[in-house]
Amino acid sequence: MIQTTGLSYAYDAQAEFRFPDIHLADAENLVILGESGIGKTTLLHLLAGLLVAKTGKVLINNTDITQLGARELDHFRGNNMGFVFQKPYFVKSLSLIDNLLLLQYLAGRKSDQTKIKQVLDRLGIKDKERKKTYQLSQGEQQRASIAMAIINDPKIILADEPTSSLDDKNCLNVTTLLKSQASATGANLVVITHDQRLKTQFENQLQL
Amino acid sequence: MNLFKLTWKNLWSRPLATLLSLILIMLGVGLITFVLQVKRDFEGHMGKNIKGIDMVVGAKGSPLQLILSAVFHIDAPTGNIKLIEAEKLKKNRLVKYAIPLSYGDSYNGYRIVGTDTAFSKLYNARLKTGVLRKETFEVNLGAGVATDLNLKIGDEFSGSHGLVAGGATHDDQNYRVTGIFEASNTVLDQLILTNLESVWDAHNHGAQEAHEDIENDPDHQLADLEITALLVKFRSPMGVIQLPRWVNTQTNMQAAVPSYELKRLTNLMGFGIDTINGVAVIIMIVAGISVFISLLNSLKERQPELALMRSYGASRKQLAATVLLEGLLTSLLGFAGGIALSKTGFFVTVSFFPQSLSLPSSALSLSLSDAYLLLVVVTISFLSALIPVIKSLNINISKTLATS
Repeated sequence: MIQTTGLSYAYDAQAEFRFPDIHLADAENLVILGESGIGKTTLLHLLAGLLVAKTGKVLINNTDITQLGARELDHFRGNNMGFVFQKPYFVKSLSLIDNLLLLQYLAGRKSDQTKIKQVLDRLGIKDKERKKTYQLSQGEQQRASIAMAIINDPKIILADEPTSSLDDKNCLNVTTLLKSQASATGANLVVITHDQRLKTQFENQLQL
Repeated sequence: MNLFKLTWKNLWSRPLATLLSLILIMLGVGLITFVLQVKRDFEGHMGKNIKGIDMVVGAKGSPLQLILSAVFHIDAPTGNIKLIEAEKLKKNRLVKYAIPLSYGDSYNGYRIVGTDTAFSKLYNARLKTGVLRKETFEVNLGAGVATDLNLKIGDEFSGSHGLVAGGATHDDQNYRVTGIFEASNTVLDQLILTNLESVWDAHNHGAQEAHEDIENDPDHQLADLEITALLVKFRSPMGVIQLPRWVNTQTNMQAAVPSYELKRLTNLMGFGIDTINGVAVIIMIVAGISVFISLLNSLKERQPELALMRSYGASRKQLAATVLLEGLLTSLLGFAGGIALSKTGFFVTVSFFPQSLSLPSSALSLSLSDAYLLLVVVTISFLSALIPVIKSLNINISKTLATS
């Protein structure tokens, strides 16, 4: 469940963003569309607690993350949020499985290899677990980053331009995969993009 | 998975930079510990060997040479002195005891020293096997000599003239081994002890008669007998004030004080040690800079990773800890490597040393100075990590994720 009210953010006096309120019930998805520079990433980072809002509240599963202290917020994020970035990020020195083990560790959870294997299996990259992430193909990296996003069973998956560098076929694959993984973990999926192709794939849309 | 494992993997994901820092720390630490070890062992060894010897009396010449020859048995003697004069000195009330030494022969490079039984007591040496020498041409061997030359009780050998191997041998007179000392980690280990009479006899073929004549006509024959040096222990500190000056001015012998000469020697060495330590300090500073640059580069490269970790729940402190840990791990590894390097170097060097120096192999143990050095290395790693750690604390996650 995600609910925002009266969110605004200001980088400086000139660039202030005001965002429409968002309300998503459990397991509901949303695509936020808008041109570059309109504050899409800012909104996403406000939802993630990576930026501190000037005004407004962000309720995620009844927790107002704008009221959390720094350490609590880190912990909350680690346990409740998954991220998919435009370019997949990994810890370069670690293998794929170690990257996932690291995320379990950072969230303060016990390492659970069985679960990691299940997730990788679901995404069809189980045989790549010992590979360094830069040795994976682009498509595999895309899947691996989805594995990163869902490994800790997040309540909300935030995706920032996940498809903008992909062709039509892969674009559809990724969104389908994201939606299915989100529903498999019962998470809200929030995608921000300027990619108009996604319009047809989400029921809930918000135009900034 | 934990921060330590992560740091370890990070360290080796940039092997060249890590290796450069490691090698520099190793060199710095290795050089410093090596020099300290050599200095400590040298001084310890020297100190052990001059214990119980307050003054050495010998023929006129260089005092340092007298000490080196009569106490450490490494240099050539300055010459001989009359036994009768030495005996006179022995009777001085300030003298607690005086041990005569007489050189002449060697066997396979090991010196045969004519002396009385007080000499081995000086080094608290006990016999491992056999008995103390009694008769002329009976010898007791230092532990090192016995092992090296593989000599046993009852073995006989003929000495060669002079103190280096290869002199003319005295085939007519054989020395016989009656006892072997336990290892004492002193110069004694490298010596062959015999009676004064053996040395006199070996070098004076009429000596057998002369020796007997001493009793008949002591005044005449005794006057001809010579020894090489006399090791003197004083009864009171007054001795060191009066006796050396008296010997040097009133007799035609020379007196040298071992502790004073050794201090001179270590002062001479001190300059070399300071120079090497200076070089080592510079290397350590460069090592610190190398760690600093390496951490900074690693941080720059890993900024998106750190942002990723932050968005998945890592706290600022955890990120800072990985940076600090990376610096600390590098320096600790370097320190361990440096210690290993210096110990290996030390053993290799010792194996090249002339045997008569017999440096003790106490080198395996760590000393207090090593602990201080560890403290210095850790401090350097903290200092080099300081700026990278502060930078890691101030990473703007949102900006990093939005722009890279």
